[in-house]
Amino acid sequence: MTATPIDKTMPLANARLSHTTVFWIGFCAVMALLIAAPLLLPQFWSGFLTECLIWGLLAMSSDLLIGYTGMVSFGHSAFFGLGMYGAAGALILVSPPNLWLAIVFGLAGAAGAALCVAYFSTRLRDIYFAITTLIFAQIFYVIIFTWTAVTGGENGLIFDRPHFTIPFLVNVSFNSKTMHWFVLAVVAGSYLFLRRVTRSPFGMVLQSIRENEARTRAIGYPVERYKIVSVMLSGLFAGLAGVLYAVQKEFAAPDFVYFITSGDTVIYNVIGGIGTLAGPIVGAGFFQLLRQLMSEWFGDQFPYLIPLGIIFIAIIIFLPQGLLGFARRWLNR
Amino acid sequence: MGAISQFLHAIPVDLLIIQTVNGIVTGMILALVASGLTLIFGIMDVVNFAHGELFMLGAYMGVIAFAATGNFWLALVLAALIIGLFGAALQIVTLRPLIGRDPLNTILATFGISLVLQNYALWQFGPVARKISEPISAEFTLFYLQYPWYRIVIALLSAAIIGCLWLFLKFNKFGVWIRATTQDRVMAQAMGIPVPLVYTGVFALGAAMAAASGVLFAPFGGVDYSMGLQWVLEAFIVVVVGGMGNLGGSIVAAIFISLLEAYAAVWLDPSQAVIASFVVLILTLLFRPTGLFATPK
Repeated sequence: MTATPIDKTMPLANARLSHTTVFWIGFCAVMALLIAAPLLLPQFWSGFLTECLIWGLLAMSSDLLIGYTGMVSFGHSAFFGLGMYGAAGALILVSPPNLWLAIVFGLAGAAGAALCVAYFSTRLRDIYFAITTLIFAQIFYVIIFTWTAVTGGENGLIFDRPHFTIPFLVNVSFNSKTMHWFVLAVVAGSYLFLRRVTRSPFGMVLQSIRENEARTRAIGYPVERYKIVSVMLSGLFAGLAGVLYAVQKEFAAPDFVYFITSGDTVIYNVIGGIGTLAGPIVGAGFFQLLRQLMSEWFGDQFPYLIPLGIIFIAIIIFLPQGLLGFARRWLNR
Repeated sequence: MGAISQFLHAIPVDLLIIQTVNGIVTGMILALVASGLTLIFGIMDVVNFAHGELFMLGAYMGVIAFAATGNFWLALVLAALIIGLFGAALQIVTLRPLIGRDPLNTILATFGISLVLQNYALWQFGPVARKISEPISAEFTLFYLQYPWYRIVIALLSAAIIGCLWLFLKFNKFGVWIRATTQDRVMAQAMGIPVPLVYTGVFALGAAMAAASGVLFAPFGGVDYSMGLQWVLEAFIVVVVGGMGNLGGSIVAAIFISLLEAYAAVWLDPSQAVIASFVVLILTLLFRPTGLFATPK
């Protein structure tokens, strides 16, 4: 709940740099590190980083709802999954497989799901919203799981990775490095876009809905319409994450539509810090890294969600701003 | 006329009657789970995501206690007591610090608890479902089926437990405290009711009821680590349809939802029958968001 609009003229304690400058310097430094990462890291960790970025995008999309509009969604697996199956549909049906078509199909799938969820669940608040999103996600899961003829049921779908194409100019196949850069470009672009959205008048209305819905309505904003748009926007970016995941892993599976994906998304947000956009990416990275390290140290069967769940509860109680919010406050001191 | 009589003949009456009995039996267990959930919500405004996990752990405790004592009814009582105490501890450690904060935090915290408990169960007891034998093996004939008496006993026992809860809320001193806290928290505190203690007590009571229903369900479902999510979803649906915090409403809603799913299972795959109750929930939320049997609070 720390998404206070930053006063751009306010100087930092011991530097004459404005917050905007600091932000861009930090952004460029992180981008430089992430661009250089596949050249420096071994193959496995580079792929791992790519995956973290995708989860980060999913988490960021859900932060728009949790952190800015104040609605906890337990249904992001539906958007993610439909993005994934939409992309799969485009890659299997159309030959040669086309990356941009996959993105369009994936976004269309996610938008369809988001429209359905948004129409019904935005009339509700708090826990009712959380439950309806969860129920919708379960409905999509049951459909995908049982409609074997189209979705492949339990086995999911397997397809080939499309080439990276720009019409008449470029047509190269992805390797792990270019895949990483492509994902990075999409995630960074989405981050900047969402950051812009949350600072726009539209974003301000969303935050005022979070702070006091009745008052926002009284001022004259059509709250329901704003909520629907925010769920749609959030669903689109979650779908984009699903497309990227499908393209990177070359399969779509019903497991990703299951409740667990939604739960993980909420955990990323809380660990990283809700209402910060960058925080959920950090949270996703932290979660995936701990999970990976624990399965390396203690074996594959280790129940990594027990320690992670305890960390999660501890963060809710002791660090409600999450890791990034805490770090930010500590740096500013 | 021919078409209508053909249609009537196509309805499997015997199957429908069997499903009615099945629906009422599961409905009573569901009512027991949901009344714990709705009690916790009514008092503390806490939506307990971990309720399904308490149900699941209760069932496991029942299996363990049954193996140790050899008596099903003793195991039932033991499991309810242990999980009740565990629930109290859980409330003190995780939920008490969150009192007075945004309700978002309690939703997230109970979600975290459910995650930890579920994975603990997977780690401790393994992925294979445990079985427990029915304490009453007698059966009676229902059409072509040998229907176990145990299921009827379960339904009656659940009703008895809910009845005891109602009497307790109505006449016991602690029950009066609970009702007073539901009505007006601040006033109750001003009258000298130890509200934090009431919170802990209610959470323990809800946990014990979830555990008891878990043990009762164990003989005919098998016990595994993932059963919690399915039950908590159903219980949520029941609680919302019945009106959050409304005990009578959730009992009626539990039976209604279970019957609906049982009938849907005649024509649909069981995994698709769940969608029927989802649709009921969505319709309820759209047209009567406060629940079908809501009384203004």
